[in-house]
Order: sequence, then structure tokens, then C-alpha cells
Amino acid sequence: MAKSNKPIVWGLFAAGGTVTAFITPVLVLLTLLPVVGVMPELLVYDNLHAFAGHWVGKLLLFGVIFLVLWHAAHRLRITLHDFGVRADSAVAVIVYLAAAAGTLAAAYFLLRI
Amino acid sequence: MSERIVELEVLRFNPETDAEPRFQRYSVPCMNEWVVLDALNHVKEAIDPTLSYRWSCHMAVCGSCGMMINGEPKLACKAFLRAYDGVIRVEPLANFPIQRDLVTVIDDFITKLKRVKPYLVPKSDQPVEAGEFRQTPAELKRYKQYTLCINCMLCYAACPEYALVPKFIGPAAISLAHRYNEDSRDGGREERQQEIASGEGVWECSFVGACSEVCPEHVDPAGALQQVKIRSTVDWYQEHLMPWSKK
Ligand code: SF4
Ligand code: FES
Repeated sequence: MAKSNKPIVWGLFAAGGTVTAFITPVLVLLTLLPVVGVMPELLVYDNLHAFAGHWVGKLLLFGVIFLVLWHAAHRLRITLHDFGVRADSAVAVIVYLAAAAGTLAAAYFLLRI
Repeated sequence: MSERIVELEVLRFNPETDAEPRFQRYSVPCMNEWVVLDALNHVKEAIDPTLSYRWSCHMAVCGSCGMMINGEPKLACKAFLRAYDGVIRVEPLANFPIQRDLVTVIDDFITKLKRVKPYLVPKSDQPVEAGEFRQTPAELKRYKQYTLCINCMLCYAACPEYALVPKFIGPAAISLAHRYNEDSRDGGREERQQEIASGEGVWECSFVGACSEVCPEHVDPAGALQQVKIRSTVDWYQEHLMPWSKK
């Protein structure tokens, strides 16, 4: 029996899952801070803009967005499969294209900063 | 020792004579500390000798008494009656064809088990004089948990992927392959990977985790499968991006 090529999509999915697990709680906390009236210097627009303007910041943001979108796409593919949607190839093409479109858009906007 | 009457609703089916399965009620006088298997044994001895089911050890070791108890895969010898109120529904393990009453046809699992070579494939032939194969406690720990599997197939009855895609090799067989792959004395990993790293193998798993919830021996097959996915992914990158790094 031939070995599967699934590792390509699964490797990115696993990496995205790990990133999401670490990043999501931090994002939730940071979003809640201004809600309770705390506005650290770090979150001021100019600072965030400067962060996204540096090439290291761009690279980090791009990496996170790419992996997280890929993770979401693959998760959706599995969930649809679990719900009994058997058109796996079609589903795969659609969700991965959506992730790719989001990734390209992220690259485009990051490069414009 | 107190006694109570337990109502059992047991699936009965004889494919040779019955068009479809039916449920039969038994009122069974049971001791408080009995398990479901004791109640079934009482039915067989005193009420209805035609009832068929598998069991052997009565101590959660042989793995033959797996059945659905109130819809959950359980070992009948580990399912205490005092944990249930009202009528207890007993059915054969889900996802397997019925041979008779609570006895299932397990050929599919046995075939898959054979495919993954669940035994040591020595790295090299060594004469007896060469002595024993030594292992450090750390090397033992890598796979010890996966040796606890008793082949009860509860994980197959719980697995929604196996229900959807019957060719999926499934939790226990892949966990056992992993058990030998992780053994420092073993040299058969590449042969096993041909089976478990295939489309019918570990990649059919979507990490639902039901197998680990029902496993009576705490093998954690879902964890084993995740490890197999990681190792197979590393393999894939090595084989495709660094073909010279053949281990
Ligand atoms: S992994 Fe657990 S549930 Fe599955 S066959 Fe082995 S002991 Fe039973
Ligand atoms: S009778 Fe052996 S496991 Fe239940």
C-alpha cells in the first residue's frame, strides 16, 4: 500500500493548530484590556503600525495568518467529512483556495505597509 | 449482601432464522456488587440457555466481553450494575456484523491486526550466545502504555470514522503498530509504515478521541495516532526533501 501524501496538508494543519492554541488566548486577553479601560502603550495604533512595518513584524504576521488560515481550512474539511459530506476533493479545493486567497491578501496588504 | 431485580433488555438475533434483531427482556435477581456479565451468566444458567455472548476471564484481561451497555461500548465484566438505574440495554458491539445475539464477527479487526505486524521484527538475526537485547527504562517507557491493549475492540465500536469508512485500519491496530515501531529492539517500522501511513491508515483519523474515552486499559489510542501522524509527517519530509537521509 502506498504511503499517503497527507503529511503536506497535515503538517501545516498541526503547526497552525499549535500557533492558534498559543496565540488565541493572548489575543483575547489583549482585546479585553481596552474593554476594561486599560490601554497599554503597546496597543496604540502607531506602535502596531510600526510593528507591521518592520520586516520581522511582517514575517511574523504573515506566518501566523498563513498557518491559522490553513488550520481553519483543514479543520473545516475534516468537519464536513465527519458530517457525512463525501465530496472530499471538491471540499478540499474550495477550503484550501479560500485559505490561499486569505494568505495572498495578507501578503499584499503587509507589503503595502 | 443485598439483592435487587435488574431488568435487562438484551438484543437477540440469529441470522439463520430471524429476519431482524429484536430485544428480549429478562428480570434478573442480582447481587449489588455484580457486573453486567454476572447478570448475563445468571440468565444463561437459570433463565434462558439459548443466549449467546463471549467472555472468558471476568477480570478485564481477555478482551472478549465487549458489548454496548446503554449505548456505550463497555467490558461487561467491568460494568457494575450499581452504576445503572432502570432497564439496562445490552447490545453487541457497534460497527461489527452480528454473528448471533451479543457475539460479533471480528474478522475485519483480525485481518487489520495481521496487516500491521503486531510483533517484534528483529533488526538483525543474533545467535543466542550474543545475549539478551537490553533496554533502558526510558526506552521501555516510550511504548509501555501501548502494550496494555487487550484487543477488546471497544475503540472500534466508539470510532465514528470507522463507522463511516470501514476500511480504516482503526485505533487499536495502529496503536499496536506504534507500540512496536517505538520499541528500540524492533526493525520492522518501514514495513508497518506501508500500512499505517497509507490513506486507509492513520490519515483517516480526525482526532475525535472517542477511542481513548472508552478504552478500558487507558491505552490512549488517540494519543498514539497523533504521534504516528507526527512521525509519518517527519518521514514524508525526509523522504521527499532529503532523500539522501535514508535511515
Ligand atoms: S486500544 Fe483500548 S479499547 Fe482499543 S482494543 Fe485496545 S484495550 Fe480495547
Ligand atoms: S471477560 Fe475477559 S475482559 Fe471481560
